[in-house]
Order: sequence, then structure tokens, then C-alpha cells
Amino acid sequence: MTVILDNVTISYNRHPAVHHVSGRFESGTLTAITGPNGAGKSTLLKGIAGILSPDEGHITIEGSKRLAYLPQAAELQRDFPMSVLHMIATGYWHKIGALGAITPAMKEQASQALADVGLSGFEKRDLSSLSAGQFQRALFARLLLQDAELMLLDEPFAAIDADATEHLLAVIERWHQKKRTVICVLHDLDQIRKHFPECLLLARECIGWGSSNKMLQPEYLLKTLSSCGTQSVSAGSPSVCTADPVQPLRASQD
Amino acid sequence: MTLYAYALQPFVDYGFMRRALAACAALALGGAPLGVFLVLRRMALIGDAMSHAILPGVSLAFLFFGLSLTAMTLGGLAAGLLVAFAAGIVTRLTPLKEDASFTGAYLISLALGVLIISMRGNSIDLMHVLFGNVLAVGNESLLLVTTIATVSLLTLAAMYRSLIVEWFDPGFMRAAGGNGAAMHQLFLGLVALNLVSAFQALGTLMALGVMVLPAIAARFWSRTVDGTIAFAIGFGMCASFIGLLLSYHYGAPSGPAIVLTAGVFYIISVIFGRYGSIAARFFRQRHYAG
Repeated sequence: MTVILDNVTISYNRHPAVHHVSGRFESGTLTAITGPNGAGKSTLLKGIAGILSPDEGHITIEGSKRLAYLPQAAELQRDFPMSVLHMIATGYWHKIGALGAITPAMKEQASQALADVGLSGFEKRDLSSLSAGQFQRALFARLLLQDAELMLLDEPFAAIDADATEHLLAVIERWHQKKRTVICVLHDLDQIRKHFPECLLLARECIGWGSSNKMLQPEYLLKTLSSCGTQSVSAGSPSVCTADPVQPLRASQD
Repeated sequence: MTLYAYALQPFVDYGFMRRALAACAALALGGAPLGVFLVLRRMALIGDAMSHAILPGVSLAFLFFGLSLTAMTLGGLAAGLLVAFAAGIVTRLTPLKEDASFTGAYLISLALGVLIISMRGNSIDLMHVLFGNVLAVGNESLLLVTTIATVSLLTLAAMYRSLIVEWFDPGFMRAAGGNGAAMHQLFLGLVALNLVSAFQALGTLMALGVMVLPAIAARFWSRTVDGTIAFAIGFGMCASFIGLLLSYHYGAPSGPAIVLTAGVFYIISVIFGRYGSIAARFFRQRHYAG
């Protein structure tokens, strides 16, 4: 499943949060999106998920349209009166819809998914009794059941301890091995270097897009920081992000 | 007086008591589950606004057709839906929050309704519309109330999962291709339908009583949505039964007696309920081992 961004602009009340971004998330890649606060990372993810629609440009998803989206935990009501099993079983929506029944096999698979994220035996617990980290693990279990071709994760490790993060990173690596397309908004640069082969640097506009080792060099990062606060004016000439956008850097080095 | 004579005799002897009990049972069955969802969605006040919004519709029908059940039902339904959607639009298009826009809508409709009724009717008509009279429920009304309860229970069952998924995680619903916004509107429609139904028995001012009071009481007794719904229906039915008896024996007006009984259930639940009540705070249960 390939995601193609063609000159995408998404705005809130006409203020662009994502500004003229073009590029491709190739099928089977594992990409991290990073950038400062307000850089439009979550907005871009919501655009791909179809929750926000672009003001300008197009987002095209090639191949099967089945995608899974994990929102920031703060956007969910954590005290919703529901058991862990019921919550993760909503991941079967693509199979059973609004009216279908959950089979015993599905229930077993759901228990297995809970075990995979380190929550064995939590089936009957209330959501409200989970810690922030456990809640996030449960959301990952739901993603496992959704079994989508394209995974969109918005800061999945915020408020999670190191142990749980390692656990969930391993889950993401397994998706990558299964050739799923994974796009993940992250802040921890070391984590990106270690676990995410591809990286998109976003500061409202695309600053760089390519292999993480290359993107996370100081020059690129400085550029990301400096361009975010300012209103840059590239409305006339949308820049296409490539793996090697060295042109502006050379100019600054001269 | 024996227990039989006190609690059952009135219903055996009088048809109007039986009809009133059946109507209230149907109201509790149809309305309490909706009430649970209203509370879950923090929309209890919006339900309140909708119940008042029914008044001008009912009054207009009364103005043109007199005390006609069909006309008043249709008028109330139309007005309830109109206000729900109009207030929704004000919320979406202006910086006004939902509680403010619905309160505005409800004050306007209450004043308008009372004004319209006073143009033709007398104060007895006004009292009837504002407070209802469950003891005057005829066969025709009973049929209407039970039909609405049946329809709304079946519809709610069909959209149960969609509503829960939409409210827990709207982004998930959107990504999965479901139409959450349509579900939400349909739900508001069901609320309006049930309020119109309850208006027959309890009047526009207290139609929400059998819907929301049992629901907020039930939240102290269960931690799951289905459990809360079961408790809410039970509370609603018990409150109807006890309220009707109090009304019969002590000459209290029936609507307020029923709603007050539901209110007593609520207060008891706040103090002694199993989860999150004041008592539960002071007498904490022993934690599970390990």
C-alpha cells in the first residue's frame, strides 16, 4: 500500500498546518515523521487517515484501502465504561461491522493479541483501571486485530515507560517484517535512528525525507527548527521532497 | 391494609391505573437506555433542552387542532428535531459551546410555547401540556407510547455498537469507513421521539425525568454500558410503580410522584451506590490480591 502526497495543504481556520507537501510513502516502508510542536505531524496523519481533508492537493492511497489509525491517547476518553476485551474487539470492525457476532476463535485471537502486548489476563478489566501505558498497550492490541495494510500511529510512546516502549517497538518491527506500511509520529530522535529506516522531517513544510541516518544530521534538524516559527512563502512553487534535498543546505554552507 | 390491597388492588380495580403502569413501563424501557447514552456522552442538558423545545410544537398543534393526540405528537416531534439540529448548527458554525446554544434554544421555545397556549387555551390546558397526566392515558396514547418504545429499542439495538465505537474513538470510526455523524443524528432523533412519547404522561417539563434520572442513578451500580442500561430500566420501572401508588393513595399528582421517586433512587445511589458513591469513598473495598 503506497501513500502519495501531491502538493498537500491542510489548514485550521485557513492557517495552514501542513503546507504544500509532496512525496511518497512506499509500500512496506517504516517511516517516522518528526518535527517540532505545531509542525503539522498529527495533521498530516489525520489527512492520510481521511479524518481531515486537504484544502489543496491530493492524498492518494494505492492498493487495499484498509488502514488503521492510532490517535494520541489524550484524544480518547480513558474512563469510558468498557472492558479491555470489548475495546480491542472493536478492531474486528472490518470483519463484523455493526451487527456481526464475535466468534470464539476471534476471542481467542484477541486474548493472544493482549498477550503479545504484555497484557495477558486483562480481558475483563475496565478501561478506567488501566494506567496510561497499559491503555496504550491495549490500543496496540486493537491494531493487531485490525490487521491493516497501512498503520498510522500518532505519538504511540508518549507517557509510556522504557520497558513498554521496547515491547511495542518490537511489535512495530514485526509489522515491518510482514511488509506492512507503517507511518509513525515520534519525537525521540535516537529511537528513530535505531528503529525507523525512513524519516520525514516536517516543519509545516517538508524539510527532508529519506533515510533516517541522513535526515537526522544536525544541519537538517537546525533547519527544521528555524523554519517552523517563520511563515515561509513557497506558495508559488511547491517543493517536492526527495531523499536528497541538499540544495538549500549547500546554499547555506557557501 | 394488607400489602395486596396497598400495592396491587389499585391496578386490579382500575383500568386507568393499569394503563398508566403499562405506559410508564414502556417509557422506562424505551427511554432509560437513551438516558444512559445521554449521560455517557455528557449530553444530559441537551436532552433537557430538547424536552422543552417540544413545547412550542405541541402548543401550535393545540392551537390549530385542539387536544388531538396525533397532531400534538407530530408537532412536538417536528419541533424537537428542529431545535436539536438548529442548536447543533449554531454550535458548529459559531464559537458558542453546545450547552450555551441549547440553553438559548430552550428558553426561547419555553416562552414561545407558553405564549401560544395562552392564546387559546386556559390554565388547565397549560398545566396539562406542561405536566402531563399519566392517569388520563387512553388506549390510543398507550398504543403510541408502546410503539415508540418498541421502535426505539430495536433501532438502538441495531446501532448500539456503532454508537459506542463512534463515541469512544471517532477517528477510528472514520478510518474504518463508518458514518458516525449520521449515527449521532439518528440518536438525537430517537431522543426526540421518546420525549414526545413521555410528554403524554409527564408533560414537557418532566418528560426527561424517566429518561435521565434512572440513568444517572444506574451509573453508580454498574461499570459497563449494558449493565448500566439494565439498572436504569429497572429503576425507571420501579419508580413508575411506586410513584403511581403514592399518587393513588395520597392524592399526589402522578407525574411529579414518579419523577420524585426516581429522584429518591438517584439520591440513594449517590450516597450508597456500589461504584464511585460517597459511601464507596469512605468504606473502600479491599483491593484484589496481587
